[in-house]
Amino acid sequence: MTDSYEEYEAVVVGCGPGGAAAAANLARNGVETLVLERGVDAGSKNVSGGLIYAEESAPYTIDGLFPDFREEATERPVTENYIHNVAGEKVKTFDIGDLHHHDTAWADSVLRRKMDSWLAQQVHERTRETGGGLLTEVHVTGLLRERGEIVGVTTEELDPIKADLIVAADGVNSELARDAGLMDWEEPEEWFQGVKAVVDVDPAAINERFDVDADDGAAHLFSGDLFDGVRGGGFLYTNESSLSIGTVFHLDSLAEEEAEPHELLDSLLTHPLMAQWLGDEYDEREYSAKLVPDSKKAAHPSPHEDRLVLVGDAAGQMQAQGPIIKGMNHAVTAGALAAEAFADARSRSEPHRAGELYEKKLHDEGVMDKLRPTRYEVFGRLGELGPVDDLSNSVAESAVGRFGVRAASGLLERAYSSPTLVSMIPDTKLPYVTLPTVIAEELGERVEDENTVSPPDLADRIGDLTYDVGDPHIELLDKSFEASGTAVTACPVSAKDFGGGCYRDERVQTNGTEEHLVSLDTQPCVECGTCAVVADTEWEHPAGGKGVEFKQG
Amino acid sequence: MRTVVLTKGVPDFREGQVSFDEEGHLERGKTPTVMNPNDKHALRAAFQTKVRNGGQVSLMSMGPPGYEEVLQEGMRDVYADDLYLLSDREMGAADTWATAMTVASGLQKLDEEPDLVFAGFKTADGETGHTGPQTCWCLDWPIITHVLSLDIDEDERTVRAKRLVDGDISEIETVEAPMPCFIVADPEFEPTYRRASHRLKHKDLRDETQARAADYEDHLTVWDHTDLNLDPDYIGLDGSPTIVAGVDPIPKAPSEREATVIDAGADEGMEQVLDELAPYAAGD
Repeated sequence: MTDSYEEYEAVVVGCGPGGAAAAANLARNGVETLVLERGVDAGSKNVSGGLIYAEESAPYTIDGLFPDFREEATERPVTENYIHNVAGEKVKTFDIGDLHHHDTAWADSVLRRKMDSWLAQQVHERTRETGGGLLTEVHVTGLLRERGEIVGVTTEELDPIKADLIVAADGVNSELARDAGLMDWEEPEEWFQGVKAVVDVDPAAINERFDVDADDGAAHLFSGDLFDGVRGGGFLYTNESSLSIGTVFHLDSLAEEEAEPHELLDSLLTHPLMAQWLGDEYDEREYSAKLVPDSKKAAHPSPHEDRLVLVGDAAGQMQAQGPIIKGMNHAVTAGALAAEAFADARSRSEPHRAGELYEKKLHDEGVMDKLRPTRYEVFGRLGELGPVDDLSNSVAESAVGRFGVRAASGLLERAYSSPTLVSMIPDTKLPYVTLPTVIAEELGERVEDENTVSPPDLADRIGDLTYDVGDPHIELLDKSFEASGTAVTACPVSAKDFGGGCYRDERVQTNGTEEHLVSLDTQPCVECGTCAVVADTEWEHPAGGKGVEFKQG
Repeated sequence: MRTVVLTKGVPDFREGQVSFDEEGHLERGKTPTVMNPNDKHALRAAFQTKVRNGGQVSLMSMGPPGYEEVLQEGMRDVYADDLYLLSDREMGAADTWATAMTVASGLQKLDEEPDLVFAGFKTADGETGHTGPQTCWCLDWPIITHVLSLDIDEDERTVRAKRLVDGDISEIETVEAPMPCFIVADPEFEPTYRRASHRLKHKDLRDETQARAADYEDHLTVWDHTDLNLDPDYIGLDGSPTIVAGVDPIPKAPSEREATVIDAGADEGMEQVLDELAPYAAGD
């Protein structure tokens, strides 16, 4: 049967920015490239905050690979950047424009359905010219191996396909990366969970409320005590005719605090500070969620195996350090570098060395150091050690610490704008909760506005999403509450005492004893992957074209 | 591979489209004409042969000039390459026999003999299922009906098909026939594309034919009875041996169930509903 397998020079799995960049650069080098995307359309499975950056230091940028990108696929250039430190109704705002502009050629807000769908069209045209092309609604399930070596991919919809290069750009829950044993879902500490609402707002109202021109936009970040002590923060980005408002939390903290992600999002949406931007009418277009790898811990230092290379979220290449949140640009660079590596290796008649070359390029081009900064390894990790963390928290909250905050207000704003200092931020409560709260308490002013927003409840949010329900794609291996109960709260479409979500808390009476169990219904699943980390599951993506379909993303 | 799909325009029986008068008669003037739904399965089957084996798919129909739009629909939705309409007054009011005679002449007039001719399973209006097999009889070809899937061996010039025996899903047989061959696609026919190259080609052809559908007239050939060299006595109403003795409306099923109407808006309404349902809930 082997002889009848279809063969392409390269197969790219997933057509987000990483896959699109890889495919475009492969096609540019004349490589016959097949791109397989599991959504009904590229972007229908993708969620971002989302700002996409073009870094001055990056060897590849999205508009370099796709010249009309900003014109056709983005929302607004982001020209203003603020971080708000919140304590109750007191807020202290810092302008972090300098941090944002550091190494930034441009940064635009994006909605992924529009963006990825446009990219896919370009990718199809270019790859078709080299004998390949893009197919949607194909779910790549795993790796095809011959004599133990990776030689291709298996899919639900097509017969197995062989290739000299396999680019796994299949996202944060990459089935290929897990099949290869390169990534896992073991440690909640390695992940963030992001939840977002896209809110409809008239373009003229956006211009007025954010004091920006029609072709400018703003990015606002939020931290402090508005998230019940859960480590993380909020964001608000202006799109053309909508706002992307969301929260991003460390998954371990979310799990520990048994916090409900949708409620934390609501805490942000209903804070008085938001009134000036949201106005009186609140019309939520879409609720979405996504798991985000923390590159400091999860970025694979050697993201390849045989003919397989990992790109973007699939390789953990998502940089989140305090107020810096960059994912898509690194995926683009990595994708293009993987393609370049294959073209180089092929021209030397050593196509099997593509992975090795890709790894070298990631290091030589400085991508790896952005993802896993040495400074974080030394100072950040130190700050995460228990005694140091306890001490820092108490100092910051003490009278001495508070005096320091008052005295150093200008210095603090500069510190927040320093890329060097930001890269050392430890993953503790201090920078995310304690310090912003103290800053707001000591330096902040009370927000007088009244916020009248009442966000939809979880049932309505799920009801507004589009699903083409296929067979259940997640199996709950251990139904005990002890093993999988965290999913009830941590899953963004489940909640305690809510019967319409994925995970439910159940007490079952058997022979006089009561068992505390969890039940699963995958129908409302948004495919974020949270439960793969916090519960005991066998986790796969749904079949091609099945499952949730994001219209905004 | 040259394939031809036969189709007919039928009233759009979908809810919201179809219109009946007070006596239950179909109002043709108020009901749009669309491509017979079953014929789309035939077109998909033909299109699958084009994707897998290359060639050309033609769509042919006999009917009034208004059927042009039905043919355009076939081009736009199921990707036919070119269109043939057999149309003039002499062909009007034909039964299945006279239609088959006319369509077979149309097929024989094509500059190249088709390898395969596809028809759908029954039309939504006549429901006889005769026209396809009778057309095949005129051509004196082998016929395979109730086809679920098919594979073509171009070197051997054979077609191998899986078909429902007696139209029943419980029994499926595989048969083989030489080409040219007549295929009746079952409504259960599902094209399968398990190779990426086939799906990519499918996409190319779809884009190509959809662009072409906008200018369908450029790809349309209309033949009248003189073009087909047909004697008016053997086609249309004059050539139709079928006599319709009468038409009876289908009687409505009598309602045998007793109904109690409860006003749910009234205060005691829901209470009454619960009382009514209680015996069932208790399992009585």
